[in-house]
Amino acid sequence: MNPWFLNFLEALLLIGIAPLVSTVLKNFKAVLQNRQGPGLLQSYRDLFKMFSKEPVLPHGVSWIFRLAPYTVFAATALACAIVPTILIQAPLSAAADVITLVGLFALARFFTALGAMDTGTAFGGMGASREMTFAALAEPAMLMGVFVLSLTAESTNLSTMMHIMLKGNLGLKPSLAFALTCLILIAIAETGRIPVDNPSTHLELTMVHEAMILEYSGRYLALIEWAKQMKLVLFATLLINLFAPWGIAEEISSNALIISLGTWIVKLLILLLILAILETSMAKMRIFRLPEYLGLAFLVAILGMLTHYILEPPL
Amino acid sequence: MNSAEVLRQLSTVSASLFLLTSFALLAQRHMRAFLIWFSFQGILLGSLSAMVAYSTDSYELYVSAILAFFLKGILIPFLLWKIVIRLGVNREVETQINLFSTMLIGAILVLFSYYVSLPIQKTIMDMTRNIIAIGLACVLISMLIMITRRKAVTQVVGYLTLENSLFFTATAATHGMPLVVEIGVAFDVLIAVLIFGVFFFQIRKTFDSLDLRHLENKP
Repeated sequence: MNPWFLNFLEALLLIGIAPLVSTVLKNFKAVLQNRQGPGLLQSYRDLFKMFSKEPVLPHGVSWIFRLAPYTVFAATALACAIVPTILIQAPLSAAADVITLVGLFALARFFTALGAMDTGTAFGGMGASREMTFAALAEPAMLMGVFVLSLTAESTNLSTMMHIMLKGNLGLKPSLAFALTCLILIAIAETGRIPVDNPSTHLELTMVHEAMILEYSGRYLALIEWAKQMKLVLFATLLINLFAPWGIAEEISSNALIISLGTWIVKLLILLLILAILETSMAKMRIFRLPEYLGLAFLVAILGMLTHYILEPPL
Repeated sequence: MNSAEVLRQLSTVSASLFLLTSFALLAQRHMRAFLIWFSFQGILLGSLSAMVAYSTDSYELYVSAILAFFLKGILIPFLLWKIVIRLGVNREVETQINLFSTMLIGAILVLFSYYVSLPIQKTIMDMTRNIIAIGLACVLISMLIMITRRKAVTQVVGYLTLENSLFFTATAATHGMPLVVEIGVAFDVLIAVLIFGVFFFQIRKTFDSLDLRHLENKP
């Protein structure tokens, strides 16, 4: 099979499975909280409903407001194509490394903030300013966390990093544990999960992401929601494949691909369960504590880097 | 992988865990979590000594491992917690400067001690290579814990962390001190905690607070 075609299929799989994954997460949380979860197809129904409705635009918005959802969706979809999911050597992931990935997330965030500010409402501006403040702390932390891995793998290319994690005789590397901790903290912050932002609330004082997309409706809202769901799957895949890549397909054969897909789904379910337990057992943090939380992630990454240099001399 | 390699990696892991506990103590806001991390550090110290004892076949180190485990891991944190409850200071720990900059200073201290200990590392054996740097960094971080906290209890924990770091460096770098010294130091620390407890009550009786700024004011 043509690797380009497989890469394309992989991206489609990630994009297509994203709403399902967020519903599964909601169901896990519902079970833990003794509630009845939504049906597995609920997110698809929501998206279908929003796509078929006519969007309402606020008065006086410019073309940026309409462009933003498309850019956000396109950037996140492209990120889906970059991250190797079931095949380790995807052609597009050879073309773009992890810095590009962070750049794509930054682009999506930039346009969300622009669209929010374009309406000129107080909520949009507030949400955008909060999002950008946290982004300024979260992005360096994410880069530092990934760089700890890159130091071990001596590459910033995702496929190479996964390959080293899979094949390299690394032994016990404490710096990788620090990198994992940092990236989990950042993934929670970036996907807006509970200690950082509550995805299921419209409570005015605390919301960050919801405040920015308050004015969107119809297909625009659908695109942004979908992109947000994709981001969750992307971060989960990144964590899974960077730190536990065992089972990922290394050559193109139907056998390896099926095994890879199966292990990926199992690992994803485990990660979602852990996330659901975390979300159920924790309360949302005060918003003024957030810089401290992100600073902690940054420092854990720095600690990882220091232990890499001090305690792990090249063998 | 042979057993020497496994031991080297285990000591690397415990060194980085030790560094982590130091940073965690530096970052804690709550008295309870503060003492839990302190107790974890003691338990880590005990298991590290046991590991070194196993690798060098020295029975003396087993004794010091058991001492570290029970005294530093369980008894002293428990005594301190009792004192904290009696004094009613189990609330937030106040810091002099904000936590993020404190931790940044901590990271700089690690780098500093790495560069200071570079010449030492060349002369010692392989298994304990670089652990001296971590030990020195932990000593400096413990001093930072003492400097940045206002309350007497946290300063005492900082002091005990300092002792832990020295013990860690000694065990990892030179395979422990003589048993007499170890036992002496261990009981000294225990007695110190008891005396500090008396001091806490005296400080509070005199100033109605454990805040050390009161000690600076002239009557």
